[in-house]
Amino acid sequence: MSQIRIGEFIPENRLLDSGHLACPGCAAPLGMKLVLNALGPNTVCVLPASCFTIISGPWPQSSLQVPVFHTAFATGPAVASGVRAALDMQGKQDTTVLVWVGDGGTFDIGIQSLSGAAERNENIVYVCYDNEAYMNTGIQRSSATPWGAWTTTTPAQFPEASNKKDMLAIMAAHNIPYAATATPAYPMDLIEKVNKAKAMRGTRFIHLLSPCPPGWKCGDDEGLELARMAVQSCVFPLMEVEGGQRWRFTMDHAHDSVEPYLRRQGRFRHLSAEQVAHIQAEVTARWESLQRRVTSEPLTLANAGVG
Amino acid sequence: MKKVMVGNHAVSWGARLARVEVISAYPITPQTQVVEKLSEMCADGTLAARFIKVESEHSAMAAVIGASAAGVRTFTASSSHGLLYMHEMLHWAGGARLPVVMVNVNRAVGAPWNIWTDQNDSLAQRDTGWSQLYCEHNQEVVDTTIMAFKLAETLSVPVMLMLDGFYLSHTAEPVDIPDQEMVDRFLPKRVAPYRLDTEHPHAFGGLVKPDAYMEMRWLQQEALNKVPETLAAIEKDWLRMFGRSYGPIELYRAEDADLLLVTSGTVTSTARAVVDARRAAGEKIGLLKVKMFRPFPSALLREAVRGLRPVPRLAVLDRNISPGHGGIFAEELRSALYDLPHSERPEVCGFVLGLGGRDITPAVIGDVIEQARAATVPTREDLWVGVNP
Repeated sequence: MSQIRIGEFIPENRLLDSGHLACPGCAAPLGMKLVLNALGPNTVCVLPASCFTIISGPWPQSSLQVPVFHTAFATGPAVASGVRAALDMQGKQDTTVLVWVGDGGTFDIGIQSLSGAAERNENIVYVCYDNEAYMNTGIQRSSATPWGAWTTTTPAQFPEASNKKDMLAIMAAHNIPYAATATPAYPMDLIEKVNKAKAMRGTRFIHLLSPCPPGWKCGDDEGLELARMAVQSCVFPLMEVEGGQRWRFTMDHAHDSVEPYLRRQGRFRHLSAEQVAHIQAEVTARWESLQRRVTSEPLTLANAGVG
Repeated sequence: MKKVMVGNHAVSWGARLARVEVISAYPITPQTQVVEKLSEMCADGTLAARFIKVESEHSAMAAVIGASAAGVRTFTASSSHGLLYMHEMLHWAGGARLPVVMVNVNRAVGAPWNIWTDQNDSLAQRDTGWSQLYCEHNQEVVDTTIMAFKLAETLSVPVMLMLDGFYLSHTAEPVDIPDQEMVDRFLPKRVAPYRLDTEHPHAFGGLVKPDAYMEMRWLQQEALNKVPETLAAIEKDWLRMFGRSYGPIELYRAEDADLLLVTSGTVTSTARAVVDARRAAGEKIGLLKVKMFRPFPSALLREAVRGLRPVPRLAVLDRNISPGHGGIFAEELRSALYDLPHSERPEVCGFVLGLGGRDITPAVIGDVIEQARAATVPTREDLWVGVNP
């Protein structure tokens, strides 16, 4: 694979310093660095409880060089709404409010607050970095954990029994200006999406797949490769949705088999051939459903035969 | 300018005169008129504020926390289950030392459902780091709402005002609306010493290890300890400009009294009338109104009763209950007075009454007085008044 130098495409803002406290191989700091590089220093970050509470560093230090407000688990979007309102009252409409939340804070405990903010179309950029379980507390399942996965609360004898919640569709159903999936493993795609989001107003949602080596039970150097495999096997297709209506793939997906992706991770080691086949069938079915969304025209009065 | 208004609208007027900049709230009976009126004021432009209509009380408190951290003046209002739902974020506002002001319209807590007044909702928040002030009438509500902002912003401590559901929230009384220009002089625009500022980036509320967490709690305690003297100074200014003051506690006709009724909220007005009637009949009885519950004004209370001769017996009227213990004002009062020498320490009789909005009439207070006088040794266990087991 040819090398790309991110600095050639976006300015290096150094808004996330070295010396942060992420585990080796964690993709979240890379994601934060790329997102902040694109958003720039005129950004306020709201950070509810997550791994990043630790990663950003304990008082009196902070690895983030933008203002940060740490807050309770469920409150990211609500606190961001308040920060936004205050900045607007101060005439600072050009400051970006970034909410950076894990999958637990997004899919589970914070979904009410997120839905409220999206329904009000709050002028915020919301990034969910999704490592597919409660990793900070020691790998417990969340509603972002994929079917069949081992976690400490879904032991291998009784692995995760629910399908991962379709967060992109849930957010798109709020008809917000922009919703997208991305991963730091495809940095150019991510940067393009953040730039696009930055140029818009209203609620912008980016769902970032963020590999966690201790939680996924893979090597420290395998995370980004696994994220690419997740994309190319269509486990995590890269997409964007504008205005809740216009769905688009942002990359050509190779439609690789899911098996190599699953077999590389200890959290899926226990899966039988039948279970792997079941996951493949689910991934294929979801792809087809997404394909229909991408190709179908948004419903208008004209094409609905009304008027 | 005098206007006749219900307690809830007195709250809205107080927030408007304080020129709050960001409001966030969620409706709950009996608080709803507060936010309805504020919505109207925002809509017709008489109040230049952003009103964030959130999906829950938890988010309402979170939103005003975010706005306050960014440096503007913020306000919210709630009641009962709404306040309980905010509980986590009440702690966050207290710990983050944000000068949020809120009004809680006191309402009982379920189960079973009950929409009428008692104080269990707010008293369950006593350890969240907020100052708590209980109001007696609508003039006190509008005045205290404005003063609360000054208190909160002076000490970086959030302030919660209470008014009794329906008995005050929905009762119309004449209110003298303070002049806006004078209020602006009394309470200038908020200047936040620390705020979310991209020119000077700082992290707020991140992980603090055991080596410094305790110092932060100590600073919070120091700030709360300064509330009585700070409020006294603020009230002095208010008195000079607007001719009214209330105090954290108030003694009423306490001279020569051998019995003092201890009250908070609207019961105080009823008790005043009972005291007046009994005094007219020659009885030596007075009243001690406790407006400030957090910080508990222990030193002021000791000072107030210490000068009284004879040492009066105290009959505490608690419209609340700490199940398994007793009336909460009585508990805290006993604790505060324990430091007095035995010979100067009043006996405290606790009475639990008026829960879930049950009316506390002059006759009920009369019953309390007879029981308090009859008790030869006040029991540590509070008496329940008017209960039919």
